[in-house]
Amino acid sequence: MKLIGLLRRNPALRRLLMHRAGVIGLLLIAALTLLALAAPLLSPYSPDAIDLSIMLAPPSATHWFGTDPVGRDIFSRCLWGARISLIIGLVSVSMGSLLGLPAGAISAFVGGWPDRLVMRLVDILLAFPPILLAIIAIAVFGPGLTNAMIAIGISQTPVYARLMRSSVLKVRAESYVEAARSLGIPEWRVLAYHVMPNAISPIIVQASLSLASAILSAAYLGFLGLGAQPPTPEWGSMLSKGRDFLRSAPHASIFPGLFIMVTVLSFNLLGDGLTNALDPKRTRR
Amino acid sequence: MQRALLALPSLLLVTVLVFTIVHLIPGDPAQILAGDMATPQAVADLRAQWGLDRPLPIQYVAYLRNLAAGDLGRSIATRNPVTREIGDRFPTTLGLAASGILVAAILGLGAGVLAASKPFSGWDYGSMVLALTGVSTPVFWSGLILILVFSVWLGWLPSGGTGSLRHMVLPAFSLGLFDAGVIARQSRAGLLEVLEQDYIRTARAKGLAEHLVVVRHAFKNAVIPVVTVIGMQFGRMLGGAVLVESVFSLPGIGRLLVTAISQRDYPVIQGICLLLAASFVIINLAVDIAYGYLDPRIRQ
Repeated sequence: MKLIGLLRRNPALRRLLMHRAGVIGLLLIAALTLLALAAPLLSPYSPDAIDLSIMLAPPSATHWFGTDPVGRDIFSRCLWGARISLIIGLVSVSMGSLLGLPAGAISAFVGGWPDRLVMRLVDILLAFPPILLAIIAIAVFGPGLTNAMIAIGISQTPVYARLMRSSVLKVRAESYVEAARSLGIPEWRVLAYHVMPNAISPIIVQASLSLASAILSAAYLGFLGLGAQPPTPEWGSMLSKGRDFLRSAPHASIFPGLFIMVTVLSFNLLGDGLTNALDPKRTRR
Repeated sequence: MQRALLALPSLLLVTVLVFTIVHLIPGDPAQILAGDMATPQAVADLRAQWGLDRPLPIQYVAYLRNLAAGDLGRSIATRNPVTREIGDRFPTTLGLAASGILVAAILGLGAGVLAASKPFSGWDYGSMVLALTGVSTPVFWSGLILILVFSVWLGWLPSGGTGSLRHMVLPAFSLGLFDAGVIARQSRAGLLEVLEQDYIRTARAKGLAEHLVVVRHAFKNAVIPVVTVIGMQFGRMLGGAVLVESVFSLPGIGRLLVTAISQRDYPVIQGICLLLAASFVIINLAVDIAYGYLDPRIRQ
């Protein structure tokens, strides 16, 4: 009964739950979160237990995803890896959007030299491809999980600022914003109540993509040996260790990659659902 | 022209930023170069020889002066001029990124237009499932899978190295598939939004064929945010190239950068960062100019 009441009061939530892709994404994320939380209970082996007698063993009844180059159980390591990836994604995206969105919106709305200044700064940060910015930040802070989160957060900030600015610029030209201004509504109110809500929908598409991309960036850093350090069961570094044995033991690369893909896919699906839920003009599907 | 001039201070700030960041990197390059067994005197001599003992502002001014003369210094590790180190490898990276963005733009725009022109049809769902899978797949993983299928199992294409166009096919697809997904999603979202506008209804009402409505009226307006995305993706690809170069053993600047960071090779790190940043500032400038051309309301 409570749920029905909640759905009645919240049309956006109702639309989200009626969106097929969104629901699939939500279910996948719920499943991954559950796997991450229950990793200690569900893992058949310790993620760090080395057994050199079964190096690179193919998938079997005892080791579902096979073993890695030092005989560790890949299934157990994939489950533990879910914890790391989810945390990195959430922390770094929160950081990037909290810094980037206000900067972009204010810059576009105020215009003039503050806009030019902010955009030059954004240009400079954008002048570094995000993964390179993250790599350079890692070179400064040193490799490791926490530093990877900071590095990825920093690398996402300019994208949010730039996209928010272009979105606000577009909305600002709309006649209803002009109408609000001509009614004498203060500028900050126009920005907060008329421009932002209408400019936010393309940002949501970006936010869904960037949560996914933060998880990808973490995997990239892990792959290059700059993210989580051994023996942490991080998917990117697992894949990196397995690639030397691609011909003889492809499973060592395939399963960690599949986990990255499914996790990123589920956030992308949820992003689609959210876009639909927050923009009633879109037709349900 | 005015915009091009505005890019100059950006480039100058880039040099300050690159110079500062690079010197924040922990580790003494003179110590690394001299080796663990070197005496403190030998390390100090080396530091003096490379000018690393001078104050940072002086080092920066010297750096700028040399930069103006086209001299990026010498690699601490190999002693070769940085311009040569980079010059030898940049064409590989640029070629990789260009072929990647070509794959991405063709596949992405095609899928986006197809999906938006037949919304909620089988085509739409099919294209978007593929786009979603594309944007969800790590480039190094798609690279490994492509190698496994087309090189190891089928034996059609080489798994790494350079030398011919065939060598670039797998790396280009590995880089491009991801970005094709991003472009497809953005162009579909943009087109669907534009297709709901009044002027599209007018175009339809006057009896214009649907494909002309999409191509002639909707596409130009919908493509504005997509241009930004393609611009951003191109720069991102220069970064993604680091990973693809690593997977396919390509001698590009991405691999050079990772090696330089591990060796604390300041001049090489500075040179690569500057080159990538400058390329990106120029790409952004081109995107801004394209923006104004595509949407005169923004040009002012």
